[in-house]
Amino acid sequence: MADSADETLLDIRNLRIEATVYPPGEDPHDITIVDDVSLTLGRGRVLGLIGESGAGKSTIGLSSMGYGRGGVRITGGQVLLNGRDILKGGMAGLRGVRGREVCYVAQSAAAAFNPVHRLMDQVTEAALKHGSADRQTVQARAIDLFGQLGLPDPETIGQRYPHQVSGGQLQRVMTAMALASGPDLIVFDEPTTALDVTTQIDVLAAIKLAIRKTGVAALYISHDLAVVAQVSDEMMVLQGGKLVEHGETRQVIEAPREEYTQALVSVRSIRHEEKPPSPEPVLTIRGVTAAYPGTNVDVLRDINVEVHPGQTLAVVGESGSGKSTLARVITGLLPPREGEVQFAGRTLSSAMEKRSRDDLRELQMIYQMADVAMNPRQTVRTIVGRPLEFYFGLRGKEKERRIAELLDEIEMGEGFIDRYPAELSGGQKQRVCIARALAAKPNLIICDEVTSALDPLVADGILKLLLKLQAEEHVAFLFITHDLATVRAIADSIAVMYQGEVVRYGPKSEVLSPPFDDYTDLLLSSVPEMKLGWLEEVIEHRRMESAGN
Amino acid sequence: MSPAILKLIAQRLALGILLLLAVSVLIFVGTELLPGDVAQAILGQTATPEALANLRAELGLNDPAHVRYFDWLGGVLTGDLGTALSNGQNISEAMGKRLSNTLFLAMWAAIISVPIAILLGLVAVQHRNGFIDKLISATTLTSISLPEFFIGYLLVYFIAVELQWFPSVSTVYDGMGFADRMSAIALPCATLTLVVLAHMMRMTRAAILNVMQSAYIETAELKGLSPFRIILRHAFPNAIAPIVNVVMLNLAFLVVGVVVVEVIFVYPGMGQYLVDHVSKRDIPVVQACGMIFAAVYISLNIVADIVAIIANPRLRHPK
Repeated sequence: MADSADETLLDIRNLRIEATVYPPGEDPHDITIVDDVSLTLGRGRVLGLIGESGAGKSTIGLSSMGYGRGGVRITGGQVLLNGRDILKGGMAGLRGVRGREVCYVAQSAAAAFNPVHRLMDQVTEAALKHGSADRQTVQARAIDLFGQLGLPDPETIGQRYPHQVSGGQLQRVMTAMALASGPDLIVFDEPTTALDVTTQIDVLAAIKLAIRKTGVAALYISHDLAVVAQVSDEMMVLQGGKLVEHGETRQVIEAPREEYTQALVSVRSIRHEEKPPSPEPVLTIRGVTAAYPGTNVDVLRDINVEVHPGQTLAVVGESGSGKSTLARVITGLLPPREGEVQFAGRTLSSAMEKRSRDDLRELQMIYQMADVAMNPRQTVRTIVGRPLEFYFGLRGKEKERRIAELLDEIEMGEGFIDRYPAELSGGQKQRVCIARALAAKPNLIICDEVTSALDPLVADGILKLLLKLQAEEHVAFLFITHDLATVRAIADSIAVMYQGEVVRYGPKSEVLSPPFDDYTDLLLSSVPEMKLGWLEEVIEHRRMESAGN
Repeated sequence: MSPAILKLIAQRLALGILLLLAVSVLIFVGTELLPGDVAQAILGQTATPEALANLRAELGLNDPAHVRYFDWLGGVLTGDLGTALSNGQNISEAMGKRLSNTLFLAMWAAIISVPIAILLGLVAVQHRNGFIDKLISATTLTSISLPEFFIGYLLVYFIAVELQWFPSVSTVYDGMGFADRMSAIALPCATLTLVVLAHMMRMTRAAILNVMQSAYIETAELKGLSPFRIILRHAFPNAIAPIVNVVMLNLAFLVVGVVVVEVIFVYPGMGQYLVDHVSKRDIPVVQACGMIFAAVYISLNIVADIVAIIANPRLRHPK
């Protein structure tokens, strides 16, 4: 159907996109971000654009609106929309396309809405600007769309400001905003990536329903194959700005042709057998209840968990569940109101300032954002060398030898020793942070969402490295994450947190086997699966259950 | 208005009053430390020690400092700023007219300079890094870099002497018509405008450029809005807080910093009044001027704070 000429909505031919980069210490030069990519999209069709960061998927999506983010420029090819080359119309022509023929749904609606204007004014702005209808008509359409997208109080929610509605709701309002001017095409740029997994599923279902009802065509951009598989008719896999594979959704996920696609589909293949608990835990958290200073709301209530030597406890939960607060209590950044933290049999002082240097050494941390966890003005040598000096007083040759050893352990080698963080990739930065934590020879490392900011394949490499280091160094991990696939891959025991409490705790095999409590069931069933029709199955299943109750 | 906002505003006002009290102590102590003796200044070098002692007793200069401070503060709080030592005039009365002259000049300088500065800032953002942006920056920065007395005399030379459009001396008197009055203050007003323009323009530009990096600006661009609408409707409201701050700082300068300009143009405002009485060591007048200037400065900054609070939708519309 998409083949017949008058049914073609978007026809991108030999697209080439470049940007000027300014690397430190080098002359500015141009790099190619998208290289010779072509695609066609029929009316009402949904095309998924898949790839890791840097694949150029957002850039291609935005090119359909003639927009280049930052210093990005379209330097070659054609973008035909409804048969016209939109790149030939100048800025005025593009302004006629944007917000009228093509609309955009951003990854973080929380940032994409202007904080000073009411939602309704923002939702109707494009439609009013392009003069498709008068204010009353557009507002009535917006209210109708709010209802279609399953927003609460569709009549009045538009009167609120962005900060007055939740992240999942904002993402729906943004979808309504895109639909409000009745476009031919919507570019969805990772619309559910920033959401919790249990919220994601509802937003995904709402978006899919809205696409089907309005018959709008869409470019759906995501790094998560399982998510895209639920909404797209066809898929394009991109790598480094080049097309790798293009096909119907079923073919791409069930029988990928290219090696790279196969790797993406089979990612998270790590198998980790859980180890039996030992009699003497390295970390015991007993009856911890904590509140932030100046508040009397307990963000943690009566937490009791243990971490065993050389093993991994995964603390899993959604944003606001208290899992990062737990890390703050363990490290002494937030003294608890009640309860205590025991480390290798002795009770740790509740405040970090009162802990001995050896206590500090035994307990290291790795963070989600490796870039901001390192001083950008220090080289890898200084970053990894600092704990060696601080804890062990190493100097000179001794220190150099140890740094080289550590770099070897994280599979990077001495060649990186004089690099600055800006000269490392995301995965390499996280590896340097791991080396820094290991340099202290700790018994326990708290890993706070360490793979969340990384692409799946890179994250996989980091997890494999952590498991290898655990086996070699016998270090225990307390692994904080919202990602259940990661938990399955590396945990020995699991604590599920919800609203400040541990709702389920035990060895991995028990926690992940039925019967489940309600929350764990919701959490587990919300993790997207790489199969067609998964979304409908889950939604249907939930409807039946709530009808049964 | 929500209780949270009212509470914040009440806090600001209370802080302002506290600050003003602290300033009153500073002013009093500062003038105490000034060298020289009022009695000597009034009676001259030839006065006899008895005459000096009598005058000191009469003026209350022999009381301990804290007694004199509370006397003075009590007067200030009840609107009585005391009497000038040099000529026995009631300060409140003498200053009233001066203050209204200064405020008149400052008001017109503000009415002209604030809109121009913000508009230039908006235009500079729209043409950022282009020729127009650089031209605006270069011109305003040149005018701020020149000392105000220099700008003042340049204006006097070209506009008053050569072109003879406006008078070089800004004489104002009671019963003067509005047009005459405006013509009299044209040159000091222009001087003040040139002095404050650059600061406000640059801050507007910087604050808006900062906001232009936000994701919601991209959203606006992808709606196909025109660049000026994006700047005005989507960027400017989010940059109000820093802009208002610098505007108020400059308004305060227009009132407090006019000393030099008033002297150049012989304008009968607060600045001239202060300068006259400093040279006569007339401490009550200096103290009174100091308090007025401090009050203007503090209240304008409080206004800036309050505007910033009200401009924040999170405070106006809590969850």
